[in-house]
Amino acid sequence: MSVKRFIPLFVFAGIFVAFMIGLTLNPREVPSALINKAPPEFSLPPLEGAGIGLSNNDLMDKENIIIVNFFASWCGPCRVEHPALEQLGKIPGVKLYGIAYKDRPKNSLSFLKSLGNPYSKIGADLKGRAAINWGVTGTPETFILKDGIIRYQHIGPIHDIQMTDNILPTLRQLAKENGS
Amino acid sequence: MRLLLIGLFMMFSLNAAAIGVDEDRLSIPAQEARAQNIMKQLRCLVCQNQSIVESDAGLAVDLRAIVREQVLAGQSDEQILDFMTSRYGDWILLKPPFKTATLLLWLGPILLLLIGGFLVFRYIRQKPEKAMPPPLNPEEKERLKHIMGDEE
Repeated sequence: MSVKRFIPLFVFAGIFVAFMIGLTLNPREVPSALINKAPPEFSLPPLEGAGIGLSNNDLMDKENIIIVNFFASWCGPCRVEHPALEQLGKIPGVKLYGIAYKDRPKNSLSFLKSLGNPYSKIGADLKGRAAINWGVTGTPETFILKDGIIRYQHIGPIHDIQMTDNILPTLRQLAKENGS
Repeated sequence: MRLLLIGLFMMFSLNAAAIGVDEDRLSIPAQEARAQNIMKQLRCLVCQNQSIVESDAGLAVDLRAIVREQVLAGQSDEQILDFMTSRYGDWILLKPPFKTATLLLWLGPILLLLIGGFLVFRYIRQKPEKAMPPPLNPEEKERLKHIMGDEE
């Protein structure tokens, strides 16, 4: 009889815990459909001149871990995460590629000129169609690939805390896989 | 008066143009209707609780264009929805699909109804028993008799 009396308390505790977890989730973090899959087919022009700026071929790197970052000069948070990208671009065994999302090449170039260019290759996704194929909902968004497979997706700017808690550990873990 | 009328006309004509603005509607009404129907099922991932029909976010505009292109290219509704879910996951569907991961979501309400029903059923069954006051002890019986003036 006395246990029965506490049932409402148990129900309340259950709901409380569920809400505590549910309400602290970030709704911006759309669960990725592309994790552990190959990236979509794409071939983008460079910011300057003709030819190919970035395509699937660049992602089939067996030596390096690849980071693909969607950015735009008009995107404020992209400026915030720029120092993080500079840091990532300098890590040995990591290649950082950029995709300029719905941005005038002229503007992308001046953006990179004023802040510095952390990317070793850049493709211009003028109409944003490549981004949709990648399941990108907005800039900035960052993918980590290994052996041509998407392994991690980061939505939004990379803040210091996410750099140390998520990005760098993921890179370390992927680098370890290389050894085995 | 005439000026006022013209003014009113202009206001309403502008409104009419502003509803569901899209530069590139499909010329065949049946195709446009099909495209609209698909768009209504797709979540705008930027504003999240709107469908892409209702949203003016850049991504929603792009996704609308893709839906129309694919309708025009003769893709089936299913193929177009598959195209979207393969990129953005089931989350882009405003109506979540019925599968193991969403079992609780779909069956939860029925489950709660059953639990509630069971509790109500038990409560109703149990009520008469509980409603009965405990029997009177001899002393009380005596008092009752006294009150009722039932003494012989």
